[in-house]
Amino acid sequence: MTRLTFALLGLVPLMALSAPAAAQLRIDITSGTEQPMPIAVPAFPTAAVVATPAGTTADLGRQVADVISANLSGTGLFKPINRDAFPAPSVADVPSPQFGGFRTAAAQALATGTVTANPDGTLTIGCYLYDVFSEEQLLRQGFTVTPAGWRRAAHKCSDLVYSRLTGESGYFDSRIVYVAESGPKTKRVKRLAVMDQDGANHRFLTSGQSLVLMPRFSPASETLSYMSFSGDQPRVWIYSLGTGRQEAVGAFDSMSFAGRFSPDGRTLVFSVTRSGNSDIYAYDIASKTTRRLTSGNSIDTSPSFSPDGRRIVFESDRGGAQQLYVMNADGSNAQRISFGDGRAGSPVWSPRGDLIAFTRMQGSKFRIAVIKPDGSGERLLTDSWQDESPSWSPNGRVILFGRTERNGRSSLRSIDLTGRNDRRIPTPLEASDPSWGPLLK
Amino acid sequence: MTKQQSNTRAFPLLVLAGALALGACTKNRDVLPPEAWQPAPAQPPAEQPIDQPGTIPPAEPVGNTALAGSQAALIQAAGSDTILFALDSYGLEEGARQTLGAQAEWLARNPGVRVSIEGHADERGTREYNLALGERRANAAKNFLAAQGVSADRMSTISYGKERPAVDGSNEEAWAQNRRAVTVVVGGR
Repeated sequence: MTRLTFALLGLVPLMALSAPAAAQLRIDITSGTEQPMPIAVPAFPTAAVVATPAGTTADLGRQVADVISANLSGTGLFKPINRDAFPAPSVADVPSPQFGGFRTAAAQALATGTVTANPDGTLTIGCYLYDVFSEEQLLRQGFTVTPAGWRRAAHKCSDLVYSRLTGESGYFDSRIVYVAESGPKTKRVKRLAVMDQDGANHRFLTSGQSLVLMPRFSPASETLSYMSFSGDQPRVWIYSLGTGRQEAVGAFDSMSFAGRFSPDGRTLVFSVTRSGNSDIYAYDIASKTTRRLTSGNSIDTSPSFSPDGRRIVFESDRGGAQQLYVMNADGSNAQRISFGDGRAGSPVWSPRGDLIAFTRMQGSKFRIAVIKPDGSGERLLTDSWQDESPSWSPNGRVILFGRTERNGRSSLRSIDLTGRNDRRIPTPLEASDPSWGPLLK
Repeated sequence: MTKQQSNTRAFPLLVLAGALALGACTKNRDVLPPEAWQPAPAQPPAEQPIDQPGTIPPAEPVGNTALAGSQAALIQAAGSDTILFALDSYGLEEGARQTLGAQAEWLARNPGVRVSIEGHADERGTREYNLALGERRANAAKNFLAAQGVSADRMSTISYGKERPAVDGSNEEAWAQNRRAVTVVVGGR
């Protein structure tokens, strides 16, 4: 047994995620016991140093390796080794490395590659992965990008490495939309912003003139829904990132909020208030027709589809306090799934379908939790002052959420499904309401 | 002070340095360059000031008047434009009913005025739930005013959930002030 396969066995709880329910029980007990896998990610060599609009191919080779290292390190599952500990490979070494130096540096895996400037101005970035002890090549894939798009190649290479070593699909080549916050709490300025999953390529989408809340990516396309108070008419909008085109959803004379797309991106579900009462509606984006899904005197909100599109989890106070319910996508057969101490809100169904993330409220404290769709297996993942608005990574392994600390500071965080690796996502301003988009095409 | 009195040429610079230091201690901390914290150099000013100290007259005083049909007039007549709620509740307590009753009387005397009733929640609820709760509170106030004879077409509601607290703070006093509905004059004739 090589040391790499041994290390992979250490990742078994990860792989067990895709296994049936019985195996999932073991995930819960792994916190803090797993050793991150030592991996060498040398600067990607280049055959000829060529200047590009994004820097020289030699600079890009270092930066690509830096992005890959940061992605892998951020998962908490890998420990990139300091580059001084092993010799830098040449272009000729990449397809057939000299493994001795990497073994000496105690690397178990080697992720490397090359950067080549093409005559047409594009770059080819090669991505290779090796088992240092068996000297087996695990991965060999090339990407062609514009110089400005080099980060995407680095993210795609990271996704392949992650996927090959964990058995899970990756999530690095993706974006996050969220609400950037500034100013005093009583006059908070909130702007939509979008950035790469690692915080790069940050852009503001709105000016801050209108209060905006709850942006959510469509799982199917480069489209978001969000809520804006523009013109003192608080309602849900759809924003197409590619064209910048915006469209108000439906024609309601009252507030609409808490929009979320169906898995195929064709339907938007949200709440509408009528005479102080909030109910859930489904809006067909192509035909612009609306269907009411819930009724009655309770607050029904925060709808989220199951990945097969057949069911919707939502929150309601119909039983007296805010709790989670699951109903069919046509609004029939609503069943309460959350019980226990305190209130439960803002549910969101995992893209794998096996879990629902939500906000568990006990007193003034909010914590991120997960529960199975049948209401069993509730687990608390975080413990701070106010953690809310969970959003799943595209592979359903990591949960992004907003944290407000007791001093009022708000920021984006992510946490592993196991409850480990609670880490800050860097943003230029304070931040809330994150939504993780799908893997880019 | 003795230095200022004995050396009038240094006076403007010292005043400037004092103003900078004062500003740095209070609200302008983030816009002042770090140099502002250093003592002013002991040099004469490059140019003589045109005005001598004490020659600039103070600003003329301006007071506020509650014009008929204004927000200030509503507050003056009804005692307050704001009613408060218990935690996670949209029920109107006795004090809230009295305030709304007085607001209804004022609205009856000012038939041209239209109002927007803004519902708010404290921070102890999720964003979505609090928007719904704020709407319930605004609607409860609106229904009470309507029952007192205020025409529904003079009133609109809007919920800000927990997005616009009246008071910044994570304590019982702040939360109590933030669970509210505010009657806001939005138009009139």
